[in-house]
Amino acid sequence: MKLLVLDSSGMVASVAIMTEDALIGEYTMNHKKTHSQTLLPMLDEVVKMTETDLETIDAIAIAKGPGSFTGLRIGSATAKGLGMALGKPIVSVPTIDAIAYNLFESDKVICPIMDARRSNVYTGTYEWKDGTFSVIEEQCARSIAETIEAINAICRPVIFLGDAVPLHKELILANISVPVSFAPPHLLRQRAGAVGSLAMEYYKAGIVESAREHGPDYLKKSQAEREREERNAN
Amino acid sequence: MEEQIKILAIESSCDETAAAVVVNGREVKSNVISSQIELHKLYGGVVPEIASRKHIEKINQVIEEALEEAGETLDSIDAVAVTYGPGLVGALLVGVAEAKAIAYAKKKPLVGVHHIEGHISANYIEHKDLEPPFMCLVASGGHSHLVKVIDYGKYEIIGRTRDDAAGEAFDKVARAIGLGYPGGPKIDKLAREGDKKAITFPQAKVNGAPNDFSFSGLKSAVLNYLNKCKMQNVEVNKADVAASFQESVVDVLSEHAINAALEHGLDKVAIAGGVASNSALRAKMAEKCEKHHLKFYYPSPVLCTDNAAMIGAAGYYDYKKGIRDGLDLNAVPNLKIGQR
Repeated sequence: MKLLVLDSSGMVASVAIMTEDALIGEYTMNHKKTHSQTLLPMLDEVVKMTETDLETIDAIAIAKGPGSFTGLRIGSATAKGLGMALGKPIVSVPTIDAIAYNLFESDKVICPIMDARRSNVYTGTYEWKDGTFSVIEEQCARSIAETIEAINAICRPVIFLGDAVPLHKELILANISVPVSFAPPHLLRQRAGAVGSLAMEYYKAGIVESAREHGPDYLKKSQAEREREERNAN
Repeated sequence: MEEQIKILAIESSCDETAAAVVVNGREVKSNVISSQIELHKLYGGVVPEIASRKHIEKINQVIEEALEEAGETLDSIDAVAVTYGPGLVGALLVGVAEAKAIAYAKKKPLVGVHHIEGHISANYIEHKDLEPPFMCLVASGGHSHLVKVIDYGKYEIIGRTRDDAAGEAFDKVARAIGLGYPGGPKIDKLAREGDKKAITFPQAKVNGAPNDFSFSGLKSAVLNYLNKCKMQNVEVNKADVAASFQESVVDVLSEHAINAALEHGLDKVAIAGGVASNSALRAKMAEKCEKHHLKFYYPSPVLCTDNAAMIGAAGYYDYKKGIRDGLDLNAVPNLKIGQR
């Protein structure tokens, strides 16, 4: 079983080719260059270096969101184009779940935080129970302050990761009431390898979609829609 | 027999998700358009984030329909052409990312196409005799340009709007008289019942720049007129406002297009873009072209609105010129005509 994996949900662009047994190739960049210019050239590089024939992959895995709206769409449109052209299904994985999956078998509560601007984060809470990855609280968008409160309420040691850690580390340290740690740089952000590993589980469970059906999960309506709903409610 | 180049074209620069298959730049085998207009009506105009979301929902279906209708597959086409600017960046990126992925997976050449060059090239589709050089008036919701088409894929901008686009002025005036969005077709229809000489609005000209346009002053004059009527409790004849406003717009558009053609020694004039489907503009252009012995070309309404067939037409001539884009092709929201 072979997956082609894409993650362009945040500042990181990451692509991989992997099987159940190995991460054959992964290319991860955390650099200010638009995904539109990096994602496909990076994929091409990995495909060439791993001598992969695109026809031999079984599915395309992607971090479906949340994340930057534009970044998500660049990834999704790339996956949809590849899926249509190659006749392969899409395995779409929640972004926050995939970030949490970096911390395999951690005994702590895992809390990814991804910058959603204006002191908001995309977050969720996860744990490993008897060797199984499980979701305590599903991915959502909320303020960093509410996130810290929710973690304090669980009353267990926590490990934070995600691109919002450098932004909110001081606030977390000042307000957290449980033992806290932070993931090191190589595990801190999105990685296609983690998306792919989690996608393997989805694929085995038969959770796939067609390239035509696939779309990002923004978690948030557009600003225009939210404002319109507010106006209508008043 | 002439070699057949079949191009799959994709367009997502604003609020239409479109795909087409075009042979040798002139023969349209399919032209599928999924319009979002009903959705944007709720907001009185195009909302970029909503447009981008809708594009990603529809794009595969639209491409699959275009291929099926044309009786082609991703294997049988020769190249992929895609609009990469100008337009809404988030909207453009959907088409660009999709086109790149398809071209990459199927090892087909990729050609990035300029949206306005597409509009101009829409004229090639129904007029097999049309060849450059000619003068083209491009007027739509986002653009108003006078473009000299020197050769296939070779353009020179002769004139442009200094502020609003012509179509934008139609939208704003339509909103002011309560017609809603999109304004162009609604004003065109209502104007037929009005007197175009009832009200004298200023002309959309720019002093010292005979080929340029300025629609913002005209728009303000219409708004002032409506305000004045309201203050004086005079009932507004909306049909007269629509007809008089429209007359002022098409008068200047056509005058500039004809003068530019004559000045540059061209005997052919074409129009393109959404406003090119305006019936008064077509009539005025036909009348003035006949008077000056110029040949007049215009596309069918379906080829005036944003569509992918026009991108396939322009893309073919870019392809013939040897233009190929790489996997790093990006959307360029303010791409200039003739720029790469």
